[in-house]
Amino acid sequence: MSELIKKTAAELGSLIASGEVSAVEVTQAHLDRIAAVEDRVHAFLHVGAESALAQAAAVDARRAAGDELGPLAGVPIAHKDVFTTTDMPTTAGSKILEGWRPPYDATVTRRLREAGLVILGKTNLDEFAMGSSTENSAYGPTHNPWDLTRIPGGSSGGASASVAAYEAPLSTGTDTGGSIRQPAAVTGIVGMKPTYGGSSRYGLIAFASSLDTPGPFARNVMDAALLHEAFSGHDPMDSTSIDQPVPSVVEAARQADVAGLTVGVVKEFGGDGYQPGVLARFQEAVELLESLGAKVVEVSCPSFTYALPAYYLIAPSECSSNLARFDAMRYGLRVGDDGTRSAEEVMALTRAAGFGPEVKRRIMLGTYALSSGYYDAYYGSAQKVRTLISRDFDAAFQHVDVLISPTTPTTAFPIGERADDPMAMYLADLCTIPSNLAGNAALSVPCGLADEDGLPVGLQIMAPVLGDDRCYRVGAAVERAFESRWGGPLLSKAPAL
Amino acid sequence: MPYDEALERFEPVLGLETHVELGTNSKMFCGCPTTFGAPPNTHVCPTCLAFPGALPVANAVAIESTIRIGLALNCSIAEWCRFARKNYFYPDMPKNYQISQYDEPLCFDGYLDITVEGKTVRIEIERVHLEEDTGKSTHVGGATGRIQGADHSIVDYNRAGIPLVEIVTKPIEGTDRLAPEVARAYATELREVMRSLGVSDVRMDQGSMRCDVNVSLMPRGSTEWGTRTETKNVNSFRSVERSVRGEIERQAAILAEGGRIIQETRHFHEDTGLTTSGRSKEEAQDYRYFPEPDLVPIAPDPAWVAQLKAELPELPSVRRARLQAEWGVSDLDMAAMHNADAFGLVEATVEAGAPAADARKWWMGELARRANENGVALAELPITPAQIARVTELVKSGALNDKLARQVLEGVLAGEGSPDEVVEARGLKIVNDEGELSAIIDQVIADNADAADKIRGGKIAAVGALVGGVMKASRGKADAGRARALILEKLGVTE
Repeated sequence: MSELIKKTAAELGSLIASGEVSAVEVTQAHLDRIAAVEDRVHAFLHVGAESALAQAAAVDARRAAGDELGPLAGVPIAHKDVFTTTDMPTTAGSKILEGWRPPYDATVTRRLREAGLVILGKTNLDEFAMGSSTENSAYGPTHNPWDLTRIPGGSSGGASASVAAYEAPLSTGTDTGGSIRQPAAVTGIVGMKPTYGGSSRYGLIAFASSLDTPGPFARNVMDAALLHEAFSGHDPMDSTSIDQPVPSVVEAARQADVAGLTVGVVKEFGGDGYQPGVLARFQEAVELLESLGAKVVEVSCPSFTYALPAYYLIAPSECSSNLARFDAMRYGLRVGDDGTRSAEEVMALTRAAGFGPEVKRRIMLGTYALSSGYYDAYYGSAQKVRTLISRDFDAAFQHVDVLISPTTPTTAFPIGERADDPMAMYLADLCTIPSNLAGNAALSVPCGLADEDGLPVGLQIMAPVLGDDRCYRVGAAVERAFESRWGGPLLSKAPAL
Repeated sequence: MPYDEALERFEPVLGLETHVELGTNSKMFCGCPTTFGAPPNTHVCPTCLAFPGALPVANAVAIESTIRIGLALNCSIAEWCRFARKNYFYPDMPKNYQISQYDEPLCFDGYLDITVEGKTVRIEIERVHLEEDTGKSTHVGGATGRIQGADHSIVDYNRAGIPLVEIVTKPIEGTDRLAPEVARAYATELREVMRSLGVSDVRMDQGSMRCDVNVSLMPRGSTEWGTRTETKNVNSFRSVERSVRGEIERQAAILAEGGRIIQETRHFHEDTGLTTSGRSKEEAQDYRYFPEPDLVPIAPDPAWVAQLKAELPELPSVRRARLQAEWGVSDLDMAAMHNADAFGLVEATVEAGAPAADARKWWMGELARRANENGVALAELPITPAQIARVTELVKSGALNDKLARQVLEGVLAGEGSPDEVVEARGLKIVNDEGELSAIIDQVIADNADAADKIRGGKIAAVGALVGGVMKASRGKADAGRARALILEKLGVTE
């Protein structure tokens, strides 16, 4: 195993820029790692070895020609298979898009390429990003590198597993209800959900338009900040993208101190339903922050209690409409087109065959919630809750700089345990959903291993809309203090694959 | 049931929903061109084909045009409003939802005044909203060209995503027997407004203006509206009028026999003037509207709206009043021109240099007669206002008389070229050559010695027969007045 795969993205970037190693070497090292562990982890749906090596060679050529390279040029990345890519298939983890080759790159994809990042392949996910375990992928589950019998979180489970398994130093994810933070937490890595509108959704296959947010995964806070900066920022192709400068997240990660900051502990997130080991590690994080000079106060956000039900009305409602386009007419799967059936029949047969059970469940929930006569009671009420949650955040941020909570109520659960119990599955996103509904920034950083099972626990740091830099500043401070206590990154405690 | 009988027993209530395709350079939510008639599926991109991940970006010019339409229709303009998704599955709608507006239209509560039989009727406008067009399905292999019975269908997405403005009237009551004329006059006036704003080419034949006509009947004396039907596929102003008339007659017959009207969409047939049943709306389709999360709300700056209002062009009704005064025409003549769809043609002819009276005379006389004979609209005649203006110029200069001018028009209509080309080809110029005319007169006098003698004898009235002879011999090209004077001169007679 090449030592290159254990390096941080920042280190790899500077090694490549200085010419100490070539981008091709770095890419090859990661392709070798993928070849060695992928049969057990199954983080990828597609590995583009040839195109990755070609992209790496192009970076090396630019360096040889004397071009100045950006901080991540030549660094490999695993790309969630929900972003369109012209040179690789894009499936969203669904049979309905099996083999589809998009005619255009997502804005995030384009910006990765522009930054010189080398796209190794496309990572596994719950179908259309609907799930918390990757068990809903039409192409089989991804396994948690800490314990291969457990889930790596979801929906960006391939993304978290690829980074935690050293198949890539960086990966992209999308977070609709926690799909970056929860997988980061349960695999012991860093995952950031930027402010909604801070990163472009153009070319991101939509699950719930008003919630979907692209964000970075990395093994440390600085790497996440570098990737965040590389692909964020205003995009005229996405009307909901914010036309303001990206908060200076790299600078904030470098700053890494909490002295003088006020940190609010969300009172509603704890107690029943939370794993004792998760609460213990969270308590340690609170004490750590105090020891670093932060003032810690308890904050009540009463509306957060209603976040989960509101989310499970809003997200399915939007998805029921967003997924209507998969109708066998223009791309993707087509079933039953034997010349005897009407277009409507072919649409119905295709959708019946092409969507998995969780996707169908949410389409039905959303269709019902938007129906005439039910709209006000369901979608309308959920939107009101959404407003109340935003107000709770606003009120809290009057007094505190950041809010914290456990990222997830439990550590990684065994594959199959919650597969037949949607409600239990939905609870995995209990603490992460409020920030999707309010659109504010939130980061998950490792905060230790639960005593019961020795599995990673995540600390969630929430900041106001466009306060992404605060997440990185506090996250980097916590990371530095914990790593000095642990004698290295939490991930170094993971069993070897 | 005959129309008059239907109107004796029932009172119609109308409603019109008009779709106008905006003439923007690019589509509503992407950069694709909007030009009509391109090869199928060439004006498409990931967004208007609804490829996974593609997103809409609203066309600012379309929003501006919609606000201008709203202002021209005396509407209030929303200070804040959103697009909404209208969800339903149909193969020519790429996303299987249409981005439209629901309970927050961009413009609302306006009116349009129209004139019918000299009376002003105020049509109240419920709303004006902005949405996107669908693609176009062609059903192949069936007898009717409709989806029922077709072997297969092909879809052209060039039209998908073209900005579409929907203008909805409030229910129109009290039109009585004039309901068909009111519907037509409203549609015609609306087109004039769109033209004056320059926001659309408003071609009903190309589908850039489409009217859905709602009709219901209630028994005389009742105040409770009946069940309405919505007639689609109404592709001309004449059809708007015919469809209302036909639907009133059809519904009256059903109601008179104690039947009930089914709430449904009906299709108008140009050939028969009748409607046939389309989709039933008895079980109302649930479109599951919700605010479009891919787009941000529209919040037009009130100062900008005020500026747009101040910069509106002269509206057609104002323009007509001004021109009526300038031309010195009676209300009745104005109404006649309007009913014949001749106003714009007359106006254009005047703009091309013709005196108003002449322009009106030709369009409302000779040309109206010929259009009527051929069963086409005036505007469909293969002759332009500029050509009419040229003909009036030739008459004024004395090169043509009215009789010759009619022959010139006939030639132009027959495709023989411009008025000057027809004059040349048919040799229609008035004979002004004194030598030629003199020779013709000498011959006519010689051929009619008796008549000539009578004139010499003082019976001047007999000169008419000789002038007739001259006109005949010159095939109408002689100047009759000049011929008369010359004959008398040659016969040595003075009046």
